[in-house]
Amino acid sequence: MHADTVAEDEEKWLAEGIAGVQQNAYYMHRALDSNNLKDALKFSAQMLSELRTSRLSPHKYYELYMRAFDELRKLEMFFREETTRGNCSVVDLYELVQHAGNVLPRLYLLCTVGSVYIKSKEAPAKDVLKDLVEMSRGIQHPLRGLFLRSYLSQISRDKLPDIGSEYEGDADSVNDAIEFVLQNFIEMNKLWVRMQHQGPQRDKEKREKERSELRDLVGKNLHVLSQIEGVDLEMYKETVLPRILEQVVNCKDELAQFYLMDCIIQVFPDEYHLQTLETLLSAFPQLQPGVDIKTVLSQLMDRLSNYATSSPEVLPEFLQVEAFAKFSSAIGKVIEAQPDMPAVSAITLYVSLLTFTLRVHPDRLDYVDQVLGACVKKLSGKEKLQDSRATKQIVALLSAPLEKYSNIVTALELSNYPKVMDHLDNSTTKVMAVVIIQSIMKNTTCVSTSDKVEALFELIKGLIKDMDGTQDDDVDEEDFKEEQNSVARLIHMLYNEDQEEMLKIICTVQKHILRGGPKRLPFTVPSLVFLALKLVRRLQGQDGDVVGEDVPTTPKKIFQILNQTIEALYLVPCPELSLRLYLQCAEAANDCDLEPVAYEFFTQAFILYEEEIADSKAQVTAIHLIIGTLQRMNIFGVENRDTLTHKATGYSAKLLKKPDQCRAVYACSHLFWVEDQDGVKDGERVLLCLKRALRIANAAQQMANAARGSSGSISLFIEILNKYLYFFEKGNPQITSSAIQGLIELITTEMQGENATSDPSAEAFFASTMRYIQFQKQKGGSMGEKYETIKAS
Amino acid sequence: MNYLMGAFKPPCNITITFSDGKTRKQVSVKKENGKTAMVPVFQSLETISGEVSIDPVQGKKVEHTGVKIELLGQIELYFDRGNFYDFTSLVRELDVPGDIYEKKTYPFEFSSVEMPYESYNGTNVRLRYILRVTISRNYVSNITEHRDFCVRNYSPVPTMNNSIKMEVGIEDCLHIEFEYSKSKYHLKDVIIGKIYFLLVRIKIKNMELEIRRRESTGSGPNTYVETETLAKFELMDGAPVRGESIPIRLFLSPYELTPTYRNINNKFSVKYYLNLVLVDEEDRRYFKQQEISMYRLLETPASS
Repeated sequence: MHADTVAEDEEKWLAEGIAGVQQNAYYMHRALDSNNLKDALKFSAQMLSELRTSRLSPHKYYELYMRAFDELRKLEMFFREETTRGNCSVVDLYELVQHAGNVLPRLYLLCTVGSVYIKSKEAPAKDVLKDLVEMSRGIQHPLRGLFLRSYLSQISRDKLPDIGSEYEGDADSVNDAIEFVLQNFIEMNKLWVRMQHQGPQRDKEKREKERSELRDLVGKNLHVLSQIEGVDLEMYKETVLPRILEQVVNCKDELAQFYLMDCIIQVFPDEYHLQTLETLLSAFPQLQPGVDIKTVLSQLMDRLSNYATSSPEVLPEFLQVEAFAKFSSAIGKVIEAQPDMPAVSAITLYVSLLTFTLRVHPDRLDYVDQVLGACVKKLSGKEKLQDSRATKQIVALLSAPLEKYSNIVTALELSNYPKVMDHLDNSTTKVMAVVIIQSIMKNTTCVSTSDKVEALFELIKGLIKDMDGTQDDDVDEEDFKEEQNSVARLIHMLYNEDQEEMLKIICTVQKHILRGGPKRLPFTVPSLVFLALKLVRRLQGQDGDVVGEDVPTTPKKIFQILNQTIEALYLVPCPELSLRLYLQCAEAANDCDLEPVAYEFFTQAFILYEEEIADSKAQVTAIHLIIGTLQRMNIFGVENRDTLTHKATGYSAKLLKKPDQCRAVYACSHLFWVEDQDGVKDGERVLLCLKRALRIANAAQQMANAARGSSGSISLFIEILNKYLYFFEKGNPQITSSAIQGLIELITTEMQGENATSDPSAEAFFASTMRYIQFQKQKGGSMGEKYETIKAS
Repeated sequence: MNYLMGAFKPPCNITITFSDGKTRKQVSVKKENGKTAMVPVFQSLETISGEVSIDPVQGKKVEHTGVKIELLGQIELYFDRGNFYDFTSLVRELDVPGDIYEKKTYPFEFSSVEMPYESYNGTNVRLRYILRVTISRNYVSNITEHRDFCVRNYSPVPTMNNSIKMEVGIEDCLHIEFEYSKSKYHLKDVIIGKIYFLLVRIKIKNMELEIRRRESTGSGPNTYVETETLAKFELMDGAPVRGESIPIRLFLSPYELTPTYRNINNKFSVKYYLNLVLVDEEDRRYFKQQEISMYRLLETPASS
């Protein structure tokens, strides 16, 4: 209600003001048309009197000002014509307008004539400008003063006695140009700052908003300064910057300080900033506590780092001026000067500094560490950060070096890196750890010493083990898997050419991941096992070179470690996985000619099978794995081998489901027939296995008959037939063509039997088997001869 | 051309002309009836010469007992209107008694006339110079005619001209220091100065500089003082803060000023003052008045 009427009133006042301007402008135009100077001055002064109002907000006042401004342009043109026609000398005109009784119209007119005066070159531009800027002190009302001086700045912009300008006077006139702009700037800023104290306290917020709208009027002066040709580095360093900063610091106003610092950074060239860094930065600690220094300073660092990356030639300059050291100490001072600064701001500052360092001095890792160290110092004494924004900034701080170096190894050398991480809460620590791992993955970084591995695992410990005092209940299962998978992937990235070091790495990893607890081990142990096995393979590759007891890295040792590791997994319990890993190890041991080790692993596998694997499906899988692995083992002596194969066949026959039994048993046949040079070739036992399989298949079918009244699938028979064919081809003397012939007939009969259920896939399987036989026959040669005796029809 | 009052037309026309009337500088003066007229300007110790021509109306003769011309410097105080006090009176006899039948011209000359005072037209007092021609007659009233002229005396540039500098204030409220570059100004001069604000605890709205003329007439208990503000010149808009300095530049030419007159013939004085006025937001006025001395500088053609 109240606000509405105020707005309405203001609208009305503005309308009145505009009407006043228009009316007087009308008479002024009439006077101009009839070349009546006296009336022109009179009406223009009256018109400008409308600008004396105190009732308008800055926004509305601007509208009114613009109206008057347009009219003043016309008046200026008239003055110019008047003086060039010789009706009135510009000097007289300059005096004449000063007869106006009111100071505001007088000064607007004076500026207008001043513009003509400079253009006429009857007096040096510097003198006129100096006079104008000095006389403008008459307006102490902030709003009116700002607009008047803004007008002065506007009309003088193209008339500064700059180097190369047509108004350039004697040698030092550029000094006058600068002095003029500086002075106008200083006065405007003073007025602007003073504005906040105008009017009642309760409207303060609104006033500050309005004030903020006017800031560009002040900032424009800095822009003008930056456009002056004569402002070279020397001038900027010696005069311009110190003067501006003095004003900025002394005005003690948050709004102004923030805006102007930002302005300085934006309008002047980066090169200047670089060369005056010390001066510029020294202003920051002197600013008011409420000034958002971090934003401004970050801007500056961003700009300079962009500048540094834009052209490599400038880099030496950065070194020369010790940009980093200066920034670093400035930030330190700012933080010291503002004890109430929130952590997030301080960290943001460090993030900016870090970004700057990374871009400008990528080779200076010590700088990076220094920044992190400073940050740690700032955070020290505080526990974990609760502020989510601060946490975010820390993540940014920690991520920056990773992105830059794309090599985690570099980050691992930063002693302060983990210290910074300590300030993060648990979930963020994890996020950070994932980031680190992702960085390694993305860049396929190789971490190659145990020390670094140690450091790395220290960094990602959030993922490796449960953090103290936290429950993992609320952790999302998917996330957890994702995290652990990434750890598993990470393990594969560890590599060192030197085997001894590699062993150390493995030990380190083992140490860390064994602390992971039952939930993590299934993810991490396999990676470690394969990492270790990889080393085993390498050792085995150079077998013979290393002999003797004092060689530290031997496959044996590794296998010991492996055994421990898998045992941990076994205790989880996680039997299937452990079994597989044991088998892998056994195979590796086999390749290393370590019979006892391999035997031990097999033993473990069998124990697991017996004691832990109860599920029938899992048993099937496990037994097939065992058979498959065992088949490839070639180091076992007869005795050991017999024990193991016997076990395997035994377990095969004890599987629950008949078809499973059948398949396992025929698979066992391969244990007695290894197609190696000196592999076992025990045809008799192969036949025994196959026959046993047939029996089981038969039994299976009968059972099916009994249970469901239809014979089961004959696919088991066909599968066995295929085994027969395999061994037949391989030249097992026990497998005869007649046996095959018999089997084919059996299958054919079964398929045509009354109770046979049609099974298209089995039929197709059989048909293709038969086609194969046909094909082998036709191929001729020795194989064709062999097949000759089999009738396939 | 002058017209004579009365129901009867005067028997003759009297014209007074100055010998260098065409070339002499003229200024406009305000006459009693409110009209302005152009009159020639003289200064002290100049020779005033010219001609008086008497032209009888067609077919009439003027009988007279003598014709004379007087140069009079008069002061008229308005509380005693119509009563002229002559401080200068010079007479030249133009003709012996006789009759005038046709137009007759008489040259006259007052050489090196001392006219120490300037013509002045104030609120309560007037100082004027006239040439008066009187045709004396028996039995009927004399025929008179007069012609105004203006006297302006020029002063050299004063050798001593100190600035006016002063610190004034209200304790714990307002302290200012102002400075006018000179204490003596010629009529087309410019007042240059500065005001420093040493302490500002009141909310100032604006500041202006006034030029005031103080005219005192009479003497003793019959002294009349009239103060008139001739100029109001705004110096500053808005409230300054401590440490501000506000420039003053006031051109005097647009204002109708006279030199300072001190105790002119014991009849009157005219003095000028600069009055610095600060107005606060409640429209209270704080002021400080300083006398300045005005003088008339001989205008060289170049500077006009």
